Amino acid sequence: MSGASTYVPKNPVLRWFESRLPVVGLVHSSFVVFPNPRNLNYFWTFGGILAFMLVCQIVTGVVLAMHYTPEATLAFASVEHIMRDVNYGWMLRYIHANGASMFFIAVYVHIARGMYYGSYKAPREVLWILGLIIFLLMMATAFMGYVLPWGQMSFWGAKVITSLFSAIPVVGDAITVWLWGGYSVGNATLNRFFSLHYLMPFMIAGVVVLHIWALHVPGSNNPVGVEVKSKKDTLPFHPYFTVKDGLALSVFMVFFAYFVFFIPNYLGHSDNYIEANPLVTPAHIVPEWYFLPYYAMLRAVPSKLGGVCALFGSILILAFMPWLDTSRIRSSNFRPIYRAFLFVFFADVFVLGYCGSQEPQGAIVLVSQVATAWYFIHLLLITPAMGFFETPRQLPASITEAVLGPRMAGGSGAFAAARTAASPSVDG
Amino acid sequence: MTSFAKSMLLATTLTLGLAGAAAAQEAENPLPPMEHWAFSGPFGTYDTAQLQRGYQVYRQVCSNCHAAKFLSFRNLAEAGGPQFSDSQVKALAATFKVQDGPDDSGNMYDRPGRPSDPFPSPFANEQAARAANGGAYPPDMSTLAKARSFERGGLWFLLEPFSQYQNEGPDYIHALLNGYKDDPPAGVKIPDGKYYNEYFPGHAISMPPPLSDGLVDYSDGSPKTTAQYSKDVAAYLQWMAEPKLDQRKQTGFKAVIFLAVFAGLLFVLKHRIWAGVKDASGTASAGSMPLTDPKPRA
Repeated sequence: MSGASTYVPKNPVLRWFESRLPVVGLVHSSFVVFPNPRNLNYFWTFGGILAFMLVCQIVTGVVLAMHYTPEATLAFASVEHIMRDVNYGWMLRYIHANGASMFFIAVYVHIARGMYYGSYKAPREVLWILGLIIFLLMMATAFMGYVLPWGQMSFWGAKVITSLFSAIPVVGDAITVWLWGGYSVGNATLNRFFSLHYLMPFMIAGVVVLHIWALHVPGSNNPVGVEVKSKKDTLPFHPYFTVKDGLALSVFMVFFAYFVFFIPNYLGHSDNYIEANPLVTPAHIVPEWYFLPYYAMLRAVPSKLGGVCALFGSILILAFMPWLDTSRIRSSNFRPIYRAFLFVFFADVFVLGYCGSQEPQGAIVLVSQVATAWYFIHLLLITPAMGFFETPRQLPASITEAVLGPRMAGGSGAFAAARTAASPSVDG
Repeated sequence: MTSFAKSMLLATTLTLGLAGAAAAQEAENPLPPMEHWAFSGPFGTYDTAQLQRGYQVYRQVCSNCHAAKFLSFRNLAEAGGPQFSDSQVKALAATFKVQDGPDDSGNMYDRPGRPSDPFPSPFANEQAARAANGGAYPPDMSTLAKARSFERGGLWFLLEPFSQYQNEGPDYIHALLNGYKDDPPAGVKIPDGKYYNEYFPGHAISMPPPLSDGLVDYSDGSPKTTAQYSKDVAAYLQWMAEPKLDQRKQTGFKAVIFLAVFAGLLFVLKHRIWAGVKDASGTASAGSMPLTDPKPRA
């Protein structure tokens, strides 16, 4: 997407069109000849998987919206109508509901990959922040989508999350009433959530275009984190990465289909098959699994405002990763100590997720408080300090050297030291 | 396995250890026993005869208090369900009284049910239902089997994706129907008009024991016992909640097999395409040759 295209189509009609709107050239330069580092492993296929998931959610969502009724007394019944009477309606709904989970699985892998390989570092800061904006939009979209079936967990989840805004000093209550469109979660809330749930995916699509644009200026990072230095370091996007992304996507789709067709309700909550009832509070209100770590942080802080700050802070702080991480080395493969801490950090998020699914009592409270503290300690103290204290391993001189060895790459004395560091990590 | 993957595995294992420890704390209600269900697992399908018996129990016992508002009589004839014949459904719909109208003079009137009608509710509204049931509201049964669940605790939640055991709902319903005890354990006070049930949260349930031996007359020779009734009706409730289960699994096999074959072909193609270049693994692929600058295929 960067630079003027010099592509000249062979077909005369396309050539006529290209001279007026160079869109074929744009696709050609972005997805055909675009040079990708040759050593990308399979963690780099999740960007393509995410693009697929967005399209999948929009397509199934648009069709579901043809049969769904966003009205408080009819919403639950219309979802059951989709499940029972619409041709393959059960499949559309299960694809859409499980698709949200798959979207989040893919985005978490994508974010973890970015953190592990230091993909947020210069010159990719804007790319990283755009990604976080997409992530925030995704979270809002998923939350509002979960409200639409108007089951018990939809209703009470909406109530808990929207009530968070009442923690804001002075204007909190006014904001909450404004969000609800009334004095409680009700029909007005459902209506606006439906409207926004339909709007936001297209906002995501817009930011995705910027995200890809920002990616194609510096090009992809890679597992060794050394910038592309010559043409030898890269391979054209097509056919090498189209086929690799396609392979990963189809394996991911097998996983996706397994959930949709064989365990479609595994990731959901049984209470959401009970119609929303403002007079009956479920014994145990839990959000969808992908929000559990944040839910745990929210509850770990004893004050409501503090909890809300921890919740939103945990995501906003990631936007500062390019500056919090003071090391000049991108890939954790060459940062033995930081790498160990990063794995502890990932485990910490899993622990938070588990705590979020449990009732906040006994040891769970203490564990979630320690895990929340560690989340921030890792990002605010350990990550910046590591750049000063850690001695990184020696980097290979180039991507080609990391892949092929110094002899074929043209020789370099540094190779012997780098080889041990680079080889185990790049086999995908 | 990359060291990245190894460490992720380690992280998961740590989390699981924690999960098991926490789950062991909760053991207040006994867990409903795991029953064998015809519709369980990847190959499971509904047992038509069982669904027909379950319908009988539902019609004669449950439907006196419980509505099933999302189902219509016609559903009883559909594939993957009790599969009554069209004439059977017609006859059985006619045994229900359905309100219709208004007629030309503006009055509502009752008529016999038709296959296209939804199941009529036994009570006019929630208040009427509560008044007739000692203040308790019998829940709608359309989605009940999917709306009831429980945690088996420990590592079960990680095994279920593999075992595909998703029958907590029918397990619970079956256990509840067999969970009545005439004498509550010492120290447990059950209020008047309530009944002690081992599996009901809080143990004091408003529904009187609905089933008893010989209550429903089966014509296919199945035992006329509470054990059999409860099993059949739980299966029927599962069908009401998930009527497309058979179709879902059949479609699933086609989808998964298609995608797996497609992925296999792409795997071969990927290795063909990457064969000429050394890839990220650092070792040459089959038939490797000295590195050449790959030419873009425009």
